[in-house]
Amino acid sequence: MTSQKSKELIRPMPTTWWLGKKSYLLFMVRELTCVFVGAYALLLLVLVSSDQQTFASILKSPVSIVAHLVALPMVLYHSITWFNLTPKVMVLWRGEERVSPTLIAGSNYLVWLVVSIVVAGIAFLYG
Amino acid sequence: MDPSKSTPPKETISLEVFRYQPEEEDESRMQRYEVPLHKDWVVLDALNYIKDQIDGTLSFRWSCRMGVCGSCGMMVNGEPKLSCAAFLRDYAPGPIRVEPLNYFPVIRDLVINMEDFLHKLGEVKAWLLPDEEKPVSEGEYRQSPAELARYKQFSMCINCMLCYAACPVYGHHPDFIGPAAIALAQRYNLDSRDGAADQRAEVIFSHEGIWECTFVGDCTRVCPKNVDPAGAIQQAKVEGTKDWFRSVLVPWGKKPS
Repeated sequence: MTSQKSKELIRPMPTTWWLGKKSYLLFMVRELTCVFVGAYALLLLVLVSSDQQTFASILKSPVSIVAHLVALPMVLYHSITWFNLTPKVMVLWRGEERVSPTLIAGSNYLVWLVVSIVVAGIAFLYG
Repeated sequence: MDPSKSTPPKETISLEVFRYQPEEEDESRMQRYEVPLHKDWVVLDALNYIKDQIDGTLSFRWSCRMGVCGSCGMMVNGEPKLSCAAFLRDYAPGPIRVEPLNYFPVIRDLVINMEDFLHKLGEVKAWLLPDEEKPVSEGEYRQSPAELARYKQFSMCINCMLCYAACPVYGHHPDFIGPAAIALAQRYNLDSRDGAADQRAEVIFSHEGIWECTFVGDCTRVCPKNVDPAGAIQQAKVEGTKDWFRSVLVPWGKKPS
């Protein structure tokens, strides 16, 4: 077998490798959504460094509204896919039983909900 | 299984099989074969039928025919599958494309070179290394059901390499230690009888180890034994990170590996 080694066939990976399979495509979408998460973080930095009037006028501009409409589904997809993957990373044991993956993923959603309510509460109180 | 013993079905299904014969050609080609569509036949039965009845030059690996030996992994319609567990009827009316496992060098036809994987199994020391070897006279290394539960899922691996054929990271970087080898390293690291996690750390916590993984997760999807190698790798990432923090934050702790 070793004498034939040089004749082994190597099949190069096409650059379109991620287009042919649903699971690969969804992975690429998940990875690309991080661009929107990062971009939104930058936008927030710009907003908090500006005064109240500029803050409001930036948010009210049509460009900003379109940007938000695009960013929202991307950021949601990003958060949901990663939350759903947490049970793979976090393994808790109760004796011989693993704590159910639904419970581990679910606790992330619960914390998300609580934090969102707190943020919304602050916004309404001081807005 | 022998077609002479039962009435052959009227229906047939065609298989498009990847052929590569290094002594005759430099390129691969696809060859079409027509096989009877028996309800209880799997792709491996069809390949054996081809080899026995149509074309004896076709090469492929197989052994147990029952999803235990891990020899007959192939790409079936682009998906890594154990060909002994891929029923023809599920692909009817066909044709069924059968190719060697992705990302591995092809020796001939459906036979891939698996030396790289076997070498990696050795690199991660995928076997039990107790802290102290004790003589047989002292009896067995005892383990509770709870301790067994910690690693049992990862111990179900049959080394079929479907996870490697599903991993685009391995396709791009053949140096990547890869799903099965890391899952098996975790299997021994989590075993209460084992004491060699430090010896495995250098390979596992390296860039070619866990940090090459981008968590595509396809290894877990295709695993015929529900081993969840993607989970094993992410859990090892957590361990590796804790290990690093311990070595940096605790001066009297162990040195980084």
